[in-house]
Formats: sequence, structure tokens, C-alpha cells
Amino acid sequence: MNAGIVARRIFRQFLRDKRSVALMILAPILVLTLLWLVLDTDERAVEIAVIEAPESVYERLASGGMEVRALPESEAQEALNEAEIDALLRWDENRPLLMLEGSDPTNHSAIRTAIQQAMGVNLRDVVNVQYWHGSEDMNIFHYTGPVLVGFFIFFFVFIVGGVSFLRERTGGTLERVLTTPIHRYELVGGYLLGFGIFTVIQSLIIVLFSIYLLDMYMAGSLWRVIFITVLLALTALSLGTLLSAYAKNEFQMFQFIPLVIVPQVFFSGLFPIEGLAGWIQAIGKFMPLTYGAEALRGIMLRNEHLGELQWQVFMLLAFFVLFTLLNVKVLKRYRRL
Amino acid sequence: MIELSRVTHTFGKKTVIEDVDLSVRKGEVFGLLGPSGSGKTTLVRIMTGMIEPSEGTVWLREQQMPKRVLMKRFGYMAQEHALYQELTAKENLDFFASFYLRKKKKERIDYCLQLTKLTEDKDRIVSTFSGGMKRRLSLAIALVHDPEILILDEPTVGLDPVLRHEIWEEFHRLKNEGTTIFVTTHVMDEAEKCDRLAMLRDGRMIASGSPSEWKEELHVESIEDVFLHYGRRKV
Repeated sequence: MNAGIVARRIFRQFLRDKRSVALMILAPILVLTLLWLVLDTDERAVEIAVIEAPESVYERLASGGMEVRALPESEAQEALNEAEIDALLRWDENRPLLMLEGSDPTNHSAIRTAIQQAMGVNLRDVVNVQYWHGSEDMNIFHYTGPVLVGFFIFFFVFIVGGVSFLRERTGGTLERVLTTPIHRYELVGGYLLGFGIFTVIQSLIIVLFSIYLLDMYMAGSLWRVIFITVLLALTALSLGTLLSAYAKNEFQMFQFIPLVIVPQVFFSGLFPIEGLAGWIQAIGKFMPLTYGAEALRGIMLRNEHLGELQWQVFMLLAFFVLFTLLNVKVLKRYRRL
Repeated sequence: MIELSRVTHTFGKKTVIEDVDLSVRKGEVFGLLGPSGSGKTTLVRIMTGMIEPSEGTVWLREQQMPKRVLMKRFGYMAQEHALYQELTAKENLDFFASFYLRKKKKERIDYCLQLTKLTEDKDRIVSTFSGGMKRRLSLAIALVHDPEILILDEPTVGLDPVLRHEIWEEFHRLKNEGTTIFVTTHVMDEAEKCDRLAMLRDGRMIASGSPSEWKEELHVESIEDVFLHYGRRKV
């Protein structure tokens, strides 16, 4: 089988190319670890200045995990102006006034909740709060984690697969291989097979690392996660090899990153897009990473089964098949037959 | 063995091959001469089925190209190296041989390595090879499945005279065994070693014949003079 011959060669070549192996496996691990270090924190300590507050309020604020400073008004105003503190609380005609610094929206709600608690209106005292999915300890790293795992696998497979196919084009070996009796689909199939084996290994290592060492939240089963990441990796591979036909050199291949990869990050669920206009949300429907990220979140955060994720799996498969068929067609440029 | 009839090819608006007729007989060494940019490589690619000509037909062994089964019948050596730099010489050969051969593969690989004097270097990574060694390996790949037809695009570029001589001896040995060889070249002493020659200029075939016929016809001493004669003359 000619595809097997191609796959075996890719495997050999790839094992010699230590840098690419490292790029596919170590780079995602490194970046995920850095993100874990940055994102996996409890809510950031908020600094707040209090002016002429009753002693009880002051104590309750301090016990609520906030850094509280008692400052004279002018100094507090200055600190707020320079963004050294996040908020100031002062009494205006016996009514507390909370002035937020305001340039960092991520801590607005944290401050408000903290103040509410300090003022004695704790939601937990009134309502019994429970979690259907996830848990109280979940933070931004746990929520974005599944998307990031999907994204890094997608990104690095796209680059490595695309560049290696590009090198075949520019080095003349692609044309040379097509003067043998190989079918075009066997060549593309060989590529998918050879790299496919690597993407399985890559997915396994990255997913195991994220779950067991970075302690990423994992409600579902491992094999379901691997199934989705491999499917996502194959989609990235077929897209990378297809687009390599439109690049003349490695640099032009990298020019696809802002065009093809970065937009997918925005629409894949890293940022909330539910509130956007329908047509903007629809852009995400044309991006494979959207479906991969939805499926990974479903499995890792909500223990969804593949049956519930049929649509996402179907769409990933559809992208994969489409890109592969286009690739076989584009190879006609090198040999009509 | 190779027949081209009224072949014309255009890239966009530019005509690169114009109305070329050519016939290579079984068991001969046929040389295609022409200055760079004359369309030699395009013509070779048309023969190998990589390009389907805009007009005209190509036959290989009385069968019309492009046809996938015919791909097995010829060995091809491109002008660029077209080798996998990360693999060893033997792995490169093995990869290409696998598309054609099963049982005799190992034997043929060893034979072709020996023929191109690469046996000692067979386990070296190709990126460490010199230009000449890469040429020899490309040639070994073209020969590995013992094809009836060899299509070679400037096969001896960058080789030293000794090796060039040895390779031409091998061509003649293959020819005597019945292999048909088509080469492009602009090395004139190689042209002398061909049975028949054709000259391409600006995509047109402007002359053909045997080396001795050419020299007689133009009353010149060497093929180099013939080349200069046709190369300069405007049609």
C-alpha cells in the first residue's frame, strides 16, 4: 500500500527532526504550564482605601480577603488617580460611596461582591448555593483549560504539518514522488497516517499532563478527550497541508497564522460571544476550533457523552474530509492524473 | 518508445513549447540540446505526464500519456535534487523503490548504490552529502526499478569528469541491454555520445539528426559549433 510507504517515511523523517518533535509536544506543554502559573490563582487580592469608615466595616473588609488601607481623603484620591488602589470607600452623608478605579474590568465584580459581604449582605446567608457542573474552587484556568488544550494542539499540528508538506513542494520531492505510480489520494492519505500517529501520541501526552500535573478540571473520560483532540489535530493537519499549497516558503506559511489561527481563538469560546450579534456569532460556525473547543469543554467540564456531542464531532469530521479532498484536488497542479 | 506529436504548451499567455514533434526509438540514447530557458525542462515534464500539454499528444510505449500504469515504465531524474535531506542515502532509495519493487528491492538497492559508488556512504544522512553525491543518488533512484525508459534532466551537472565518464559508460551499457535513454544536456562532449540529437530554442525544435550528420551538414568540427550556429541564428 503506497500510503503506508509514505507514512513510514514521514515517521522516519520526523524522528530525525528533534526540533519538530519538541515543537509539537514540548511547546504546548510549556505554554500551558505558563498559563497555569498565570491563571490558576484565587481571586486577586484587591486593594482598597477606606476613609472614615466605622470600625466594624473596616474589620469585615479586612477579613474578606481584601487589602484595606485607611487613608486620609487627599492621599486616597491621589492613590486612586495613580491606580495604586483598586477602589476607595468613603462616607457621603452617612451613605457609603464606592469609587472604583475602573480601568481593569476584571476585578469590578470581585470588589462589588467583597463589599456586599463586608456590608453584611452575603448571598450565602440568604440563598443556598449549589453547583450543578464544576465546583466552587473552579477558576478561569479550569474554564479556559479545555479550549487551550484544543487550541495548542491545533496550532502546533497546523504549523508542523503545513511546513513539512511545504518543504516537499519547494524541495522538489513532491513532484518527484508524483512521477511514481502513486495515486494522489495515497500521498495525502500517507501524510495523514504518518502524522496521525504522532498526533495521537502528542494528544495523549498533552492531555495527561494537563489533567494530572496541572490539575485541570476533568469531569469526563480520558478516551473521549483524546478522541476529540485527535480529530481536531487531523483537521489542523489537513488544513495546514492544504494551505501550504498557497505559500511559496516558510515565511508565507507563517503569514497564515494571523489570518487562519488567531481569529479562531476569538471565536472558540475563550472570550464570551453569546452577547454578540447573530451574524458575528455565525463567523465562529465556520471555524473547526469552535467545535473542538465546545466538545472538549463539554467533556471536561460537564461530562458530556459523544452522543450529546454528535454535532461537534460531525462538523469536525466534515472539515477534515473537506480539507483532505481539496488537498487531493490541489495536487492536480503537480500531476493531472 | 517516446513519441510527441504536435505538442504545444502555454503557461497563461506565454507559449513555452510550440508545435514539437519528436520520436525516440527503442534502445537509443537521445539528447535534447538547447540554451537555458529554451523549454527543455517543460518538455521533460510533459513526457513524464506531470504536465498535460495544451495541445498535441504524447505516447510512451505506444500508449497515450498521461496514464498511471505508464509511470512504472520510466525512471526520472529531475534537475533539482529532490531528496529527503533528513534521511540516509539508503532510506531515500528504499522509499522510492518501495513504489515499484517487492522481492527484488534489496538487491536492486545494493546494485544501484554500487553503480553510483555510494555503497560506503549509504548510511549517511543526505544533508551531509556533496552536490556530486546528491546527483549520483538521484540517478540511483531513477535506475532503481530497472526501467525500460530513462528520462534524465541534465543528469551530470556538477559531476567531475571521471564520474561523468563512468556514468556515460553505464548509459551505454544500459542502452546495449535495450534501455531507451532520453537526456537533456548542454555539455557538448556529452552530446557527441548520443545516437541522435535534437535542438530546442524558444520552445521550438529547430534541428535534429545524429552528431555526424549535423557536423557534415554544417561543415563544422564539433557539436559546440553546431550549438553556436543554431543558438545564434534567429528563426
